[in-house]
Amino acid sequence: MTLKGARERRVRAGGVDLCVVELGDPGQPTVVLVHGYPDSKEVWSEVASRLADRFHVVLYDVRGHGRSSAPLPLRGGFTLEKLTDDFLAVANAVSPGRPVHLVGHDWGSVQGWEFVTVRRTQGRIASFTSMSGPSLDHFGHWIGQRVKRPTPRRVGQLLGQGAKSWYVYLLHTPRLPELAWRGPLGRRWPRLLERLEKVPRGDYPTASLPDDAAHGAWLYRDNVRARLSRPRADAYAHAPVQLVTPEDDAYLSQRLYDELESWAPQLTRRVLPAGHWVPRTRPDRVSAWIEEFVTAVEGGRPEQRPTGRYSDRFGGQLVLVTGAGSGIGRATAFAFAEAGARVVAVDRDTESAVRTAELARLVGAPEAWSETADVSDEQAMEKLAEKVHTELGVVDVLVNNAGIGLSGGFFDTTSDDWRKVLDVNLWGVIHGCRLFGRQMSERGQGGHIVNIASAAAYQPSRALPAYSTSKAAVLMLSACLRAELAGQDIGVTAICPGLVNTNITTTARFTGVDAEEEARRQQRTARLYGRRNYPPEKVADAILRAVARDEAVVPVTPEARGAHLLSRFSPMVLRALARIKPPV
Amino acid sequence: MTTAVTREVSAELRGFRRVQRLAYECAEAVAARLEPGVTEREAARMQREWLRERGVADWFHMPFAWFGDRTAFVNFRVPLQFFPTDRRLEPGMPFILDMAPVFEGCTADIGYSGALGPNPVQHRLTADLEAHRALILDEVRERRPLREIYEDVDRLMVRQGCANRHRAYPFGVIAHKVDRVRPRRFSPRLFGFGTQALKGLASDVLHGHREGWSPLWSPYRFSDHPPQPGLWAVEPHLGFRGTGAKFEEILVVTDSRDPEESAFWLDDDLPHVRRWAEDK
Repeated sequence: MTLKGARERRVRAGGVDLCVVELGDPGQPTVVLVHGYPDSKEVWSEVASRLADRFHVVLYDVRGHGRSSAPLPLRGGFTLEKLTDDFLAVANAVSPGRPVHLVGHDWGSVQGWEFVTVRRTQGRIASFTSMSGPSLDHFGHWIGQRVKRPTPRRVGQLLGQGAKSWYVYLLHTPRLPELAWRGPLGRRWPRLLERLEKVPRGDYPTASLPDDAAHGAWLYRDNVRARLSRPRADAYAHAPVQLVTPEDDAYLSQRLYDELESWAPQLTRRVLPAGHWVPRTRPDRVSAWIEEFVTAVEGGRPEQRPTGRYSDRFGGQLVLVTGAGSGIGRATAFAFAEAGARVVAVDRDTESAVRTAELARLVGAPEAWSETADVSDEQAMEKLAEKVHTELGVVDVLVNNAGIGLSGGFFDTTSDDWRKVLDVNLWGVIHGCRLFGRQMSERGQGGHIVNIASAAAYQPSRALPAYSTSKAAVLMLSACLRAELAGQDIGVTAICPGLVNTNITTTARFTGVDAEEEARRQQRTARLYGRRNYPPEKVADAILRAVARDEAVVPVTPEARGAHLLSRFSPMVLRALARIKPPV
Repeated sequence: MTTAVTREVSAELRGFRRVQRLAYECAEAVAARLEPGVTEREAARMQREWLRERGVADWFHMPFAWFGDRTAFVNFRVPLQFFPTDRRLEPGMPFILDMAPVFEGCTADIGYSGALGPNPVQHRLTADLEAHRALILDEVRERRPLREIYEDVDRLMVRQGCANRHRAYPFGVIAHKVDRVRPRRFSPRLFGFGTQALKGLASDVLHGHREGWSPLWSPYRFSDHPPQPGLWAVEPHLGFRGTGAKFEEILVVTDSRDPEESAFWLDDDLPHVRRWAEDK
């Protein structure tokens, strides 16, 4: 047993002997973790250890798996009714007086749906968190609806899920699966998991894998055909449900859960950019969501639901935005806050950063902090990264937004001017990516970096040589980093906003002119941008969308999109535009 | 800040103050009667009837009521969208009542923000408006061009993290002049605006055009002039992600050389001012 401080006990249920393991203080709310196929309770080791200091965590090997005994005969021994008996026996043994919080992954979740929808468990389950495992009854109805009214879209959904279920058909063949698992497949499985599912090596899978997988085939044979052909009509959840959907699940389509609200009235949706084995690949996120959900249910308070789009994706995530005291940075912080993210607002101006954090809390961020730092100051950034890491943890989404404007001909731009622009616009991004990106990479649970470049990154202009150079560098840096970090599930996005109505115009420097003329030009540009009036909020929306979809380069305003198209199909036009002297 | 209450004001200003108070009383009375399910149309009618009962016969503009994200003028494209709709009030929703009654020849134009139950965002916005009230008065006393004051208000909003929503008003005005309106037995309305009041505004536009000023305080070049003596209904309107808050009240601008006398708020005993004092 690899779980530290675990207490083991055996529970008898319906002719089998179940291996049950407990962690944490039994006085705390009980969380029961049920594993899937082909797994044993060790699949939960990472999540369980993270939950153990807050909850009474209980894991058990499903019958026929791990150190629980298998029913005899195997055929007919794995029906959902018998599995429900097992669960009730475990729940009664570990938490006799209080309902338990159920968490299931894969077949554990399929079982969980059965437990939470049958009458005899009513009052024994306080909440259910489902990962990658639909209710077979809901699945049956889902198929039935699509077969009865086969619109093109529905047929597509059917075929899509049908293709993803290839292994289910194989598992229904007699003897073959057992032979494969006890033979070559069992030996190769750990390496396959690592290669295809990016499951990190460690104490999992355990040595019992071939037997687990061979016995577990009966989970499919005993239940799938029976339930899919005659799904129960009353499979309504009697406890609040949290549904965690991995976006890149190779075995289950996200469409399976489209009508879930009608079966589970109190449903909280979560989306993770990850593959099927989230308890192994994203233990931090998964345990944070379980903790949040269980705490909300235990507290009896109606869970505060963030209103923003993508709240299923960013709820509870840690988002750090630089230059969050104004403009696009501030709007981005608010947009993430609305989606329920925890926000760190960084700005060199303390007052405005504090203000951003305060408003972020008002619009829905469960927590928000302000930090003062100049992104061009390497030591300040290192200190910031250190502080954020120790106090708040690893940042899930980093938005390198801080930037300054500089306009003026090349020969009017002094080397000091160049240094200033590059220090903030380029080095600021480099420091951010280096420090926070490294933390993401070392954690190994994915993440996302957003760098705010500019339409000036691909639209040359005689008026903005230094600014455009710095932003072009940011664009290229993002592309290179994206390639490098792709293997670690860390996305990198470059955003190219265009003319957006922010105060970058009033703080921008204009070289080669005296102070009075500079002030005049700042005012003129501010008015021009004001008339264009493209709100930073729309850029913020584009940023959230880009992170959710993991987009590489996102031009935002129509002019930025137009220039981006031209840069690919007719760069000559852009070069001609670059020669136009701006009327100032 | 000058407390206008202690000031000796002419009989004429007293008339304007009386109607402004009446309008705010109406706003408070109607706000107290709002409950879940009330529509904007009903709220507007409640204001209209309350004021009619107390002798108001003419309007600068008919009462408006905005609920929910309409307080921040989300997706407003055409002026017709300002008119009350069938949007129903829900618990926690912010609302704004805006009315401009004419009473005994004096015009008021007020805006009242509130919410049905606690709404922390709107509370924050209302508190933020205090700085705008002070800023506008100070800069008018400095005789700064109106267009620059407008831009300073804009900058303050940006610092506060809010959006400028008075930009959505016709001509993007933050304020407009109001004046006496001659009582007529019959005063038709044009798109919700009293024709008598519009006539006054139009004649100001004409005069102003000749003399280089405008009765509309906007971000545009025609407002690039120092404050013109008269009564200005000032209405800074903050918006923040689907929630809006404003106040509207009359700023008296005179041609006095004494800065204190050159501009002052007609009345300092108003609901939003009292709310700020209570919060402290």
